[in-house]
Amino acid sequence: MTEQPMVRFDNVSKRYGALTVLDGLNLDIARGEKVSIIGPSGSGKTTVLRMLMTLETINDGVIWVEGEPLTHMERNGKLVPADLAHIRKIRAKIGMVFQSFNLFPHMTAMQNCIEAPITVLGMKRADAEARAAELLDMVGLSEKKDHYPSQLSGGQQQRVAIARACAMRPKIMLFDEVTSALDPELVGEVLEVIRKLGREHDLTMLMVTHQMGFAKEFSDRVCFFHAGKICEQGPPNELFGAPKNERTRQFLHAVLEAG
Amino acid sequence: MGIRTLVAMLVVALVVIGALATQESYKVFMPGLLQGAVLTIEIAILGSLLAIVMGVLAALARMYGPAPLKWLATVYVEIFRGTSALVQLFWLFFVLPQFGVTLNAFLVAVLALGLNVGAYGSEVVRGAIQSVARGQWEASTALNMSRPQMLRRIILPQAFVAMIPPWGNLFIELLKSTALVSLITLSDLAFKAQQMNQNTFKTIPIFTLVLLMYLAMSLVVTIGMRLLERRASLGLARGKAA
Repeated sequence: MTEQPMVRFDNVSKRYGALTVLDGLNLDIARGEKVSIIGPSGSGKTTVLRMLMTLETINDGVIWVEGEPLTHMERNGKLVPADLAHIRKIRAKIGMVFQSFNLFPHMTAMQNCIEAPITVLGMKRADAEARAAELLDMVGLSEKKDHYPSQLSGGQQQRVAIARACAMRPKIMLFDEVTSALDPELVGEVLEVIRKLGREHDLTMLMVTHQMGFAKEFSDRVCFFHAGKICEQGPPNELFGAPKNERTRQFLHAVLEAG
Repeated sequence: MGIRTLVAMLVVALVVIGALATQESYKVFMPGLLQGAVLTIEIAILGSLLAIVMGVLAALARMYGPAPLKWLATVYVEIFRGTSALVQLFWLFFVLPQFGVTLNAFLVAVLALGLNVGAYGSEVVRGAIQSVARGQWEASTALNMSRPQMLRRIILPQAFVAMIPPWGNLFIELLKSTALVSLITLSDLAFKAQQMNQNTFKTIPIFTLVLLMYLAMSLVVTIGMRLLERRASLGLARGKAA
């Protein structure tokens, strides 16, 4: 028996009115796999993450997580659109880090990290705090635990956001252009934390990124999106070293030229 | 205007009231006016509390409630915002008894003013909730919070800060509207003033005192709201100033 993919996009489409953002996406991601999504803006790459996080509904197809449907549920042997209770059950396996951090501004770093474990998972405060302290230590911000987001740099805020997402113990982590809003000198500290996360935790990771160097070094697989479809995918060495598709070549050329 | 200026104004108003009250020609009116002021304050406080409850409930019902609740809240807001507070008072006090429901005047006063201001308040609450950044909703969703959890823990605490100044305006509106209750047999500050004026024709002392009393009360509201705003925004602003 082959292992269930951690995530499966099965012929998923997303449209806004007449505009098709994703067109029949098929994508399997294995347990523990690190997948980077690259491509020009408007190619639908962020939408992939947002659909998986259920921030966007889908128009066609089914998204599966560990063999269970996320966007749908089974009723009388048929798949029907999922209700909120079902979505929340499956969504618990997924965490996300955003481009604009989205920390809760009225809470300290520590409070940001214990809020959902307490209210959603029902953890005891002391346990949640112990776990949050560990995670803040992992992202190198033990000393900033009582600071409010407005007192932290962008890189520090993003590291807190990563700790906050990890505190929910997701199996899948989504990173949506997490370094795009950062000053260049702060990018490194955030990427370092993601590297560490990949090494030390058994996480499946899916990231949309413009950091080609990082994608190349970190990912098991890179997907190049163009016009709502996966145009080309493969191990980073192949995709970056010898792209087969003309559009991939053009994109990489343009990006590497600029970088 | 800074809080210090407001406090200075309040002190001046109170000192002037105190000084006038020692004058022979003013002294006689004080007990009656103070009695009226107490009733005015009672109605204003209870009305404000009702307004807050109604404002929050109506806003949440309109934004997130099931269809019937949404509809009900919209009808409530439009009726109480779209008709005059005076007519609402009269309707509750004089018309409702014709249908067999008789409420005492004090209760009618609190109900009418609270419901009236609550209708405006629901728009304040709605605007403040909508002003919270979309990313806050998305982050809460990514942390798998339920909608009530998001509202209670993430959205409302942030919206609260934005609500305070407009609510301050509404409370002052409500305070001033209490003068209407004199028309449904209640002896509030405005009623007492009018009654004494009719009996004595001492227009200047009476209405000077009343003016200063209303001013003092509304300054207390304004100062209170400023302090609340300062406190509530502490977490949000902390570090920004530093």
